[in-house]
Amino acid sequence: MAKITYQHPNGTITVVDVQAPNTVMRGAKLNNVDGIEAQCGGSAQCGTCHVYIDEASTVPLPPMDEVEDDVLYGTACPRRENSRLSCQLPVTDDLDGLLVHLPEAQS
Amino acid sequence: MASRSVAVIGAGQGGLDTAAALRAKGYDGRITLVGEEPALPYQRPPLSKGFLTGAIGHADLTLRTESFFEAQDIELVTGDRACHIDLFGSRIELASGGRLDYDRLVLATGSRPRPLPVPGADLNGVLTLRTLADAEALRALLDGPPRQVAIVGAGFVGLELASTARSLGHEVTVVEAQARVLARALTPQLSRWLADRHRQQGVRLLTNSEVAALYGSASGQVEVLQLRDGTRLPADLVVIGIGVLPRTELAADAGLLVGDGVIVDPRLRTTDRSVYAIGDCARFPDSGPGRHIRLESVQNASGQARCVAAAICGDDAPYTAVPWFWSEQCALRLQMAGLTADHDETVTVGDPDEGRFSVLCYREGTLVGVESVGRPADHGIARRLLATGAWPTADEARAPGFNLKSFALKPPSQRLPARA
Ligand SMILES: Cc1cc2nc3c(=O)[nH]c(=O)nc-3n(C[C@H](O)[C@H](O)[C@H](O)COP(=O)(O)OP(=O)(O)OC[C@H]3O[C@@H](n4cnc5c(N)ncnc54)[C@H](O)[C@@H]3O)c2cc1C
Ligand code: FES
Repeated sequence: MAKITYQHPNGTITVVDVQAPNTVMRGAKLNNVDGIEAQCGGSAQCGTCHVYIDEASTVPLPPMDEVEDDVLYGTACPRRENSRLSCQLPVTDDLDGLLVHLPEAQS
Repeated sequence: MASRSVAVIGAGQGGLDTAAALRAKGYDGRITLVGEEPALPYQRPPLSKGFLTGAIGHADLTLRTESFFEAQDIELVTGDRACHIDLFGSRIELASGGRLDYDRLVLATGSRPRPLPVPGADLNGVLTLRTLADAEALRALLDGPPRQVAIVGAGFVGLELASTARSLGHEVTVVEAQARVLARALTPQLSRWLADRHRQQGVRLLTNSEVAALYGSASGQVEVLQLRDGTRLPADLVVIGIGVLPRTELAADAGLLVGDGVIVDPRLRTTDRSVYAIGDCARFPDSGPGRHIRLESVQNASGQARCVAAAICGDDAPYTAVPWFWSEQCALRLQMAGLTADHDETVTVGDPDEGRFSVLCYREGTLVGVESVGRPADHGIARRLLATGAWPTADEARAPGFNLKSFALKPPSQRLPARA
């Protein structure tokens, strides 16, 4: 289990406990954290689960594969160096304390 | 005036997303979501893909857990059907006998498989694929020794199923009345290319072929599919995938305007101002002039759900999202952005031989849609370009070495030639 913090563009935060085998995307959906749409249900097709990893984060994340990298070209808000697809981030104990920033829009 | 209660009929993709978006936007009235299926709301796309192979289980299908509905104070009624809408009394009646008053009503009733009007369509072993129950029945039949599977209709569901059944080792024949696969949805180029892929996988594709009748054994089990030209194909499992019909009967019975879908205005309101319709069941005005369309996709159901939730919360903007769709078959990622149906010009970028290319579709010089295979970046970029209007002209796209990635990264001032 990991505590994941989702920060909205207006600064409000939601902290939730997410269990494996959920992803950071699903953690948001299960808790109705607004700002993650995830239209393709996590199959790396839609880019509507875009998050920015907090720049100060030291939480170890799995590397990005080619498909995720490609899908990130189509996000509604600009892609930045810390952009990830939250559906490609499986929750493990290692992710405890992760802070992700939600973009202004997903679609 | 803020509404105090919202009733949503249909607990599928659109219905669930409406309820969730209302709460996420701070709506604090009563929300009731009525669904006739017994299960918690689930996603349908895996039903023709990973669910049949076992790669995706029930837990992954479920869109939200039970505790979600409690925590969000959404009353979820499963296994019950709305059977009447009283527009004057602002009340719906449920098959169980219950009644439900509403200030705002959202119809998200989806669609049902179009029936195949031939003798024998009711034999055992003749299935359709729309619900979890359908998929469970199909999975049980595909999880065993090789069968002779006949699929009627080369649409998305039919072809995805063909590819899945083939990967499980079954013999698969697809029978299609049109001259090519996915004739309504894809350009002839992509359609031909995809048909070749299916054939390479060992799927037998019969186009220009119409089913005349199905014949079965004495015990009523399907055994033979007969075509109009007399050809008889042995089949012990037949799946009908010839499209869907919008579920409009409740709306029609209530006196709302329907016609291949519940007719709505740009804000997704039906002819009754308190009633909205979204998703597969709704026919809405395309942002192009004067044309009403009905789309069957997660994006459409989900996007319209959020639009209606915003409207109920007081943000009355029309629905204008760029449509998009994805499909997985023959181990390929197929993605479509925009609507390509009436294009008059195409430009292909990338390499079809490698299975990585996009077809840009233009109508009278305007980019109307992009089909991509194995090029997720193109797809995402195409969605953005279609939304902003900053797309490349056909001439730009035809230039040697053109690709959407570098086009999108270029500042507009460097793009040539400038458009009027
Ligand atoms: C096998 C399959 C594969 C698909 N693959 C893809 C894909 O890859 N990509 C994609 O974008 N889309 C795909 N789709 C399409 C997508 O799933 C639908 O467009 C989407 O589910 C539409 O959402 P909806 O809310 O309009 O309808 P639905 O999700 O169908 O929900 C409607 C619900 O309303 C219920 N209902 C109807 N009438 C009543 C009533 N009177 N009372 C109570 N409940 C009622 C129905 O039982 C149903 O549960 C696929 C569909 C299928 C069947
Ligand atoms: S949910 Fe669609 S890309 Fe992550």
